[in-house]
Amino acid sequence: MYRVIAALATAAALALVTTSAGAQEKLKIGVIGTLSGPPAVLGQQMRNGFQLAVKDLGGKLGGREVEIIVQDDELKPDVAVSKVKALIERDKVDFVVGPIFSNILQAILKPATDGGAILISPNAGTSNFAGKECNANFFVTSYQNDQAHAVSGKYAQDSGFKKVFLIAPNYQAGRDAMAGFKSVYKGEIADELLVPLGQLDYAAELSKIATAKPDAIYVFLPGGMGVNFVKQFRQAGLADKVVFLSAFTVDESTLPAQQDAAVGLFGGANWAPNLDNPQNKKFVAGYEKEYSAVPGSYAFQAYDAALLIDGALKATKGSTADKTALQAALKKANFTSLRGNFKFNTNHYPIQDFYLVKVAKRADGKFQTEIAKKVFTDYADPHAKDCPMK
Amino acid sequence: MSMSLLVVQILNGLQLGVLLFLIAAGLTLVFGVMNFINLAHGVQYMLGAYLAVMFYTITGSSLLALVLALFSALAFGLFLEFVVFRHLYERDHLDQVIATFGIILFLNQAVKYVWGAAPLSLPVPELFSGSVVLMPGLLYPVWRLVVISAGLIVALMLYALVNLTRLGMLVRAGANNAPMVSALGVDIRRLFMIVFGFGTMLAGFAGIMIAPILSVEPGMGDTILILAFVVIVIGGIGSIRGAFIAALLIGLADTLGRSFSVDVLRLVMAPSPARTVGPAIASMLIYLMMALVLYFRPTGLFPPKGRVR
Amino acid sequence: MTAPLRESALGREILPIAIFLGFALLPVAAAFGAEAYLLDLFMRVMIFAIAALGLDLLVGYGALVSFGHAAFIGIGAYAVGILAAHDINEAWITLPVALIAATAFGYLTGTICLRTRGVYFIMITLAFGQMAYFLASSLAPYGGDDGLTIHTRNTLFGLAPFADTRLFYYIVLACLIGCYWLCRALVVSRFGRVFRGARENATRMATLGYDIHRYQLAAYAISGALGGFAGFLLANATDFVSPAYMSWQRSGELIIMILFGGLGTLHGAIIGALAYLLLGEWLSDLTENWKMIFGPLLVLIVLLARGGLLGLVGQLAARWRRKSIAEPQS
Repeated sequence: MYRVIAALATAAALALVTTSAGAQEKLKIGVIGTLSGPPAVLGQQMRNGFQLAVKDLGGKLGGREVEIIVQDDELKPDVAVSKVKALIERDKVDFVVGPIFSNILQAILKPATDGGAILISPNAGTSNFAGKECNANFFVTSYQNDQAHAVSGKYAQDSGFKKVFLIAPNYQAGRDAMAGFKSVYKGEIADELLVPLGQLDYAAELSKIATAKPDAIYVFLPGGMGVNFVKQFRQAGLADKVVFLSAFTVDESTLPAQQDAAVGLFGGANWAPNLDNPQNKKFVAGYEKEYSAVPGSYAFQAYDAALLIDGALKATKGSTADKTALQAALKKANFTSLRGNFKFNTNHYPIQDFYLVKVAKRADGKFQTEIAKKVFTDYADPHAKDCPMK
Repeated sequence: MSMSLLVVQILNGLQLGVLLFLIAAGLTLVFGVMNFINLAHGVQYMLGAYLAVMFYTITGSSLLALVLALFSALAFGLFLEFVVFRHLYERDHLDQVIATFGIILFLNQAVKYVWGAAPLSLPVPELFSGSVVLMPGLLYPVWRLVVISAGLIVALMLYALVNLTRLGMLVRAGANNAPMVSALGVDIRRLFMIVFGFGTMLAGFAGIMIAPILSVEPGMGDTILILAFVVIVIGGIGSIRGAFIAALLIGLADTLGRSFSVDVLRLVMAPSPARTVGPAIASMLIYLMMALVLYFRPTGLFPPKGRVR
Repeated sequence: MTAPLRESALGREILPIAIFLGFALLPVAAAFGAEAYLLDLFMRVMIFAIAALGLDLLVGYGALVSFGHAAFIGIGAYAVGILAAHDINEAWITLPVALIAATAFGYLTGTICLRTRGVYFIMITLAFGQMAYFLASSLAPYGGDDGLTIHTRNTLFGLAPFADTRLFYYIVLACLIGCYWLCRALVVSRFGRVFRGARENATRMATLGYDIHRYQLAAYAISGALGGFAGFLLANATDFVSPAYMSWQRSGELIIMILFGGLGTLHGAIIGALAYLLLGEWLSDLTENWKMIFGPLLVLIVLLARGGLLGLVGQLAARWRRKSIAEPQS
């Protein structure tokens, strides 16, 4: 009985506290990412990158003071839906920034956009929302999942590799990875291994790779999976025999654990910490100073998301009331991206350059990816043609 | 499907089996003797790995890190026993499950709080950092062979301990009928503490051994915990021999299943669906095995004879 | 003394009515604030309460600890999801399919699970739960691991009762009351008494001529049906289905819920669901490291509050009553 009364009291208290009294001065932005469990480091990078941007802009975006509300989706889709609904209906956010993972994006896009907020994804970029299901209230500052994988495909194709072995986790993003690679690489595929999500011991898979004797392998194993695979790959002596191509497997979130095992391995990305432009240099230095870690793509894309909001709000003079105007302002992407070249395609996914990056050890002992060569210029994703938006 | 690939996969399966055994042994002992379901056994394993990384960073010596981590894991386990677990021995299994689940939540978060969320890494000890050529083009890390050997040695030691010593006799008697052992004048509290300490040390040891191969991250104990439970259920609760055989069985089934499921399925269906269904079936395999075993032997393969419970 | 009787009267009649009244009045309170969010939250509470009721039937009254109950929720939800993917959105199709699928799964797995006892029963139910989970993960055309978005909620003969949040809320409340009434009726019926008797002393029941296995299997299937019903509602409430609905962690959470509230009381299951979900919601807003508080809280509740929250309240009430009896004067 007491519990019920307490619950009702909480409801009443919540009701009192969250009155919506006309126009708000503070701009409220909800940041949702995975902040618990093994992939927590990715959500943390995203959150850090976004918060750093707001800090660098003096706590204001588009001239308005910003209040950032951070929520953890726990990598559970229904929890994410609940948290997003809380952000929109209880906290009355105008923007939702996130998520990291594709399956969370699948779950939250509808409730977020139906609720009237603008959803900006600084990482997940699934194919369905780039094509048929594109949404006027949804913007992506990262890339479309297929693209990062096509980078390695193109490099493999251009380098004349005859036989490539593919490995990725058994979920949509993993299958997209293989499809993205194969969309450009036309040589022989030795085998395609879809491993259970979260698998940590690759003894079985490495044996298969060794037997197949490919020229290169293409790996998409994010987070802890990638840490384990790279370490075991090096331990098995395969690093000297097979060219290692990847995406999101050897990046700044996994390098601190992979360390020397990853040096010399390749990845495909739309950015690297050593990308040579003034705003990026400032960002990397600032991030390292604030968080004592090398920033990765999750951080820089979140930083860009903040810059995107800032640019758009400057155009609408800080107002979020007119959704159509806000959408148009966002689409113009009037900001200086950390990666240099940036504009939106008709489906609100970016058109940008992609590079082959290589892992290196810095003079100060830290590890980072470095630009090896540019592979695509102004690369648009292949699903835009299916998007009804023009 | 070449012979050498099969040999390597069998070795890999043995390695997983041995790891599972190290964890399951402690679990089945604690369950068998003290009738205590300890879900927190998995975080004990995780803690062993984290402590190893921490001590290595401090001392720079693999051997010292191993020893220090082992003893601090033991100390922490005994601390948990003293503060929480010993109040739960009399309670029913459900209460034990919930309480130890709470410990899991706490420790997974605490570990993230103390050491950060990013995965950590422990290098393989210098002495064993080489590889042997198992097949043309594949070097098999020496450390994995070390893990297999260590596990087998521990298994032998446990066998000797349980079957040839007085303490072992008390443990076997306790697994059979603990109240009777107590009534016969043995200090059951001390026996419990020793059994628990041993179990905890085994789990920590498993974590320390596996840390150079796998990444050390919060939650790493959760999946292996479920596998360990499957092992002790198939093996028969309270039976170390059962745990050993079941662990090897599961290690082999899981590894071979993962490697060859897709190839086997390709015999009956097209490559593309085989590629996604295969891993799913491989994941289900051990649960199917457990269901099958329980159907024919509802108390596992080797339950301790005459168990009064 | 009449004191103990009063307690049970309070427990069995007044308390449930108070709970349902609370739920019924919530939208009124919520209308003053973040209405949609609160309605959504409490709707989720009620849906999980329905599943928890089913589990309490098994665990509280039958001492059959099922660690795979979340699978039934998942099956019910996927019934809706898969049919939706084929453009079948009529509730008079999806609901029966969900219920039949869940009941069938319960019946089939129950025949195997009920051959075991004690911790082996726990493990084999876990095994089946895991199998359901991995099966759902492998269904690539239905989203696989990523899950499946449901674009339109179920309709009934042209009407859309689930589209309006407040109406949906009251429908779920009605379902909860209905399920509660059903479980209550089941427990006091002859079926229920045999079932409970089997928990107390299985041999005795067998010698009395009852085929316990049939009763337990029926209870297992009914409990599964309740879970499937909850899944049907959940899919419509979240517009989404995913294998995560069936994970073993979810099954664990359901067990925690019924323990929280008080095993074997039925309304304890509802209170437990309420307490668990609200506590998690409140704590996760406080701090990122909320599990560091929640974990020890669980431990403390188990160690100190035997019988869950209801038991705790009962203990406190008994102690207060004893005090007032012990002080006749003043």
